[in-house]
Amino acid sequence: MRTQIFLADFSNLHQMREFVAQAARDAGFDEQEIYAVKLATDEAASNIIEHAYKEQQGGQIEITCQVHSDGLAVILHDHGLSFNPQRVRKPNLRAKLSRRSIGGLGLYIIYQLMDEVRYQSDPETGNVLTLFKRKRGDE
Amino acid sequence: MNITTKSLKHCELVSVTGRIDSATSPQLTQALDALTKNNKFKIVLDMSGVEYMSSAGLRTLLATQRQCRRYNRGEIVLAAVPQNIKDILELAGFTDIFKTYDDVISAVGSF
Repeated sequence: MRTQIFLADFSNLHQMREFVAQAARDAGFDEQEIYAVKLATDEAASNIIEHAYKEQQGGQIEITCQVHSDGLAVILHDHGLSFNPQRVRKPNLRAKLSRRSIGGLGLYIIYQLMDEVRYQSDPETGNVLTLFKRKRGDE
Repeated sequence: MNITTKSLKHCELVSVTGRIDSATSPQLTQALDALTKNNKFKIVLDMSGVEYMSSAGLRTLLATQRQCRRYNRGEIVLAAVPQNIKDILELAGFTDIFKTYDDVISAVGSF
């Protein structure tokens, strides 16, 4: 298990991606899976920075990577505003260009790329988003 | 991220290298807005040097496509899209909205 705390700032997204990529590499994931873990983490962290912390300075995101025998768990912990993933509208991927909305796309990508997504929010301990990616061949 | 823009006879060629995420996408938005504000609506985006793109990049592309396609005055097409990014375009349902070409020459030739 490895944990690192990052300042909730878009300029740190690259370091966050590299942190989880290293864990995914060590867990034996292939390049395509590593890219998926990086992208899902980026989308999750971007949402936290934009919506939980409202792009205010000083917030933190703690990222923990846990390697399991069947895959990798990436856990993002923040102390910003909570949200209800159920209430985020699924983007209409078939909508015409003029009607395409970009909102909710990040979350949609996370659900598509990861095998399990769990969100817990507690006013005292903060918000915990757990992303789990199963290793191919173990399916 | 590095962006270069070149005016060709029938279109604008924008080459991007590096990573497009929430930190860098405003820079790409700015470069593309500079073109559309100058009434340049036929754009080829050379993505051969893009290592990574998140939904922040998709948002930029979508906004630019809206500008370009309005009144049928043009469009932005994508050239040499790396496979992992192509997968995400497909996942996000963007393949209907953006024409993609294997290389810059055929993308430029489409205008």
